[in-house]
Amino acid sequence: MTIERELAGLGGPIPAGLTESVALGTGLAEGYDLYPSAVGEVVVTFNPEGVSTLDLAEGDYLDRFYRRTGKTLIRAEAPRAWARHLPTSIEAGTPGKVPVDLRPLTRFQAQVLRVTSQIPRGEVRPYRWLAKEVLSPRATRAVGSVMSHNPIPLILPCHRVVRSDGHMGNYSLGGPHLKLHLLEHEGADPARLERLARAQVKVQGDMETRVFCLPSCHVVRSARRVVDFGDPAEAHEEGFVPCGQCRPV
Amino acid sequence: MDELNHSLAVDVAGAFPTVVERLGGRLYWGLRRISGSHQEAEDLAQETLIRAYKALVDYPEERIIALRLDPWIWTIALNLGRNHIRDRARRPRFVGLVDDVASDDPEPVDTGVWDARLSRLSAPQRTAVVLRHVVGMGIEEISEATGRPSGTVKADIHRGLTRLRTIMEDEK
Repeated sequence: MTIERELAGLGGPIPAGLTESVALGTGLAEGYDLYPSAVGEVVVTFNPEGVSTLDLAEGDYLDRFYRRTGKTLIRAEAPRAWARHLPTSIEAGTPGKVPVDLRPLTRFQAQVLRVTSQIPRGEVRPYRWLAKEVLSPRATRAVGSVMSHNPIPLILPCHRVVRSDGHMGNYSLGGPHLKLHLLEHEGADPARLERLARAQVKVQGDMETRVFCLPSCHVVRSARRVVDFGDPAEAHEEGFVPCGQCRPV
Repeated sequence: MDELNHSLAVDVAGAFPTVVERLGGRLYWGLRRISGSHQEAEDLAQETLIRAYKALVDYPEERIIALRLDPWIWTIALNLGRNHIRDRARRPRFVGLVDDVASDDPEPVDTGVWDARLSRLSAPQRTAVVLRHVVGMGIEEISEATGRPSGTVKADIHRGLTRLRTIMEDEK
């Protein structure tokens, strides 16, 4: 055999995994992996930009993802640069060191979702509050719509956003009972918040410091003597000042 | 090849899997013979194809249509091989590749003897011989990929083959 012939035989087929790795690296396909969470097993999808979606690992979630995004999923490990922070991020309910890929969203949607992660664990904020935080105070309904289409629930904690009348409201990730379960898990005491909402208590004041807060704020929850108000105007009239932590006005 | 260029010009994302399918195997095995290492070749082939995709996304249509894919891909691969640029840590990893550092070595036959022979050539000679006879590229294409004049490429191949014959003679 000539040397050229032998050299020509030194090739072979495409090695296993190369096609998949390239699809993942280019973002033509997304990677996915399963993680435990307070609401059961969840499927997290990711690409080189970060986490792109989170969903309950129920039913045919691969097919659901494909129908929503037109992309295929490949079982993968999250990028090494932040993989170890992902379980913490899911449990803590904040992105932290995990990058989130919000490229498919509008700027408004992305901004609203990023603000949700400033709501402390164990507390809730009304839609109206979120609208004010993004400087669109009249966009309460638009904010509600962003919450219901949150692609990365749990990590972007839309479960901490509640109706403007104080009731817990709906939840896109599996329904309102999961929202209650999550808030309970985080120590927000949703049963207490629902009672206050029924009594139409919007804010509460600390009798000693004369500061008033949203009812879930840790400041008022640690107060010894609390007074209920129907709205911030009432609190102002009684000489209370708004809390700098929960910004109730 | 022309047809693939046109598909790429219309829809990079849609046509790129065909590029991987058509070039991926030769790219890997060429790199494998040049580097002598499965892991290095796998890593470089992956990186090369990902960078090629990113470049194509930004190229205007005319440039994609005029592109000679083989030498272009190899230009990227050889540059990466020189610079050892990696950003794997930011990427999702296919689970087939996760457990061990790299996937199973797909080597079909024991070609260690050939890797040993090739490793004794100078880098330009080894690259030229592998691109010509393992990958099957033409002289002009190799010249484009390596940035060396075609006369030099021809001489590299010729000297490389002569050297390999001598090495094989010595083995007897």
